[in-house]
Amino acid sequence: MASLDDLYKEIILDHYRSPRNQGELEPPAHRCEGFNPLCGDEVIVFVSLINNKIEEIKIGGQGCSISQASASMMTEIIKGKSVSEAEEIIHAFKEMMDIYESELSGKETDGTSSSIDLGDLEALQGVVKYPVRIKCATLAWNTLTQSINEIQNIDDSL
Amino acid sequence: MTIDVTEIKKDFPVLQRHINGKPLIYLDSANTSQKPVSVMDAMEDYYRQFNANVHRGSYQLANEATAILEGSRDKVTSFINANSRQEVVFTKNATEAMNLISNTWGREHLTDGDAIVLTELEHHANIVPWQMLASEKNFEIRWIKIDDNGHLDLSDFDQLIRGAKLLSFAAMSNVLGTFTPVKELTSRAQEMGLTVHADASQYTPHTKTDVQDMGIDFLTFTGHKLLGPMGIGVLWGKESLLESMPPFLGGGEMILNVTKEGFSTNELPWKFEAGTPMVAEAAGLGAAIDYLSDIGMDEIRNHEIDLTDYALQCLVSEFGETMSIFGPKNSLERGGVISFTFDGAHPHDISQVLDEDNICIRAGHHCAKPLMQVLNVGATSRVSMYLYNDRSDIDALVSGLHKVRDLFIP
Ligand SMILES: Cc1ncc(COP(=O)(O)O)c(C=O)c1O
Repeated sequence: MASLDDLYKEIILDHYRSPRNQGELEPPAHRCEGFNPLCGDEVIVFVSLINNKIEEIKIGGQGCSISQASASMMTEIIKGKSVSEAEEIIHAFKEMMDIYESELSGKETDGTSSSIDLGDLEALQGVVKYPVRIKCATLAWNTLTQSINEIQNIDDSL
Repeated sequence: MTIDVTEIKKDFPVLQRHINGKPLIYLDSANTSQKPVSVMDAMEDYYRQFNANVHRGSYQLANEATAILEGSRDKVTSFINANSRQEVVFTKNATEAMNLISNTWGREHLTDGDAIVLTELEHHANIVPWQMLASEKNFEIRWIKIDDNGHLDLSDFDQLIRGAKLLSFAAMSNVLGTFTPVKELTSRAQEMGLTVHADASQYTPHTKTDVQDMGIDFLTFTGHKLLGPMGIGVLWGKESLLESMPPFLGGGEMILNVTKEGFSTNELPWKFEAGTPMVAEAAGLGAAIDYLSDIGMDEIRNHEIDLTDYALQCLVSEFGETMSIFGPKNSLERGGVISFTFDGAHPHDISQVLDEDNICIRAGHHCAKPLMQVLNVGATSRVSMYLYNDRSDIDALVSGLHKVRDLFIP
């Protein structure tokens, strides 16, 4: 049986209580909003991309401990990375959420778990035992993906 | 007379359930109520003994099925003290009932330059249908504000209703529990020529509903919050108004005659009931009304006042300043719905921790996002009570909330 300790690891509560990289960035930094319609959580991801590198990333909005902690940890690991590195990390994080989800539902996985070290983010593994909370954990990540796509679309159209 | 909750609980099979060895503490009745055995029996009985399509049978079984459907209509008629059964229309839920009003009465009466008046307390079901129509017809939507205690701020009421055609408001808020002053609003609005609708989805389950005394023109509510099944709701309207309105959905049942050239509509209330109706659900709703009436709506209301008082006192004395409780402070001015936020713990996390002890409360925006914006919160936790709750449920909630506090507020 899943227990609350799997969900609310100390490191998660720490990021929730003292979120890193909270705030806003002024334009020309990119701003992107994400919503979780289920619980009304909202995250705003600000990204400043210079020479294909994520120089700055900030998080606004409000939400539950899982969505806030996940966003906070995301900023720590993403800051300073190139777009392709960021994309690999996003992929690895999504995969972590996915693999456990498939294990729970008994589905086969291809076993190609990536070799990226997710550090503190591993603490979020416990979330997959609470399927409705997966959306909380992935909210900031989906918004970051959307943000990167939007930035690249703007660049393409220049 | 006080009600015997221990006895009442026995009538609700779900409340006997244990999950992971712990009893269920159900405090989410504003979302949907639990159902007594008599409601389930009525529905099952219908399918076991009476199932046939209604209003068209030429045999006894079909006549009996029709009698069940129409018998439930009679029960609703007296439950809300309607003038006649013609005024009681069955819908899928309250949401459909409000869409019916906006699509028929609204479409006929509202055009460019008109205005309607809503309140900041509304559920999306009493907002979005009007916004949909407004984007087509281009009328204005005005909002009655709320004050810091969650009451309607009526200081500019006369101005708001001036020139408006409709006033549509919740008789009880599903978030703050506030009872709005139905009679006062109605008489002032009608004097200025407005038509008045009360969304009684939260009101009718918890207090005596008398549409004639309220003076309103339309009332809507939903069966599943009133111990009845999901899938049935009620639109009540004054007969002359319903008479004057065009039909809503078209098809069987709602017609008198159809030719290649056109159709004529059936009499009330069937004019608004297209297609095969929800007979089993009507049977269930009838049984729910019987159950509530046997106990007595005044007794239920008194029980909820007492329990709400107790809950408010416990929450304030246990959690003090760390908890913000929204809505009226006086339990006489509110129903058994308490919304709150807890410093340092998000509503979603609060529900999660409470769920470990099978304590069911709702977290979120409660389908009232404009109200959340007014309250300046993204979400609240909401506890809601009914006749089958007692102090032990509140005590369980309080100890659950202590666990929340211990986890999140070190
Ligand atoms: C005040 C109010 N109005 C309308 C509704 C809609 O009820 P239903 O979803 O059954 O149509 C609700 C239910 O949440 C409500 O609380």
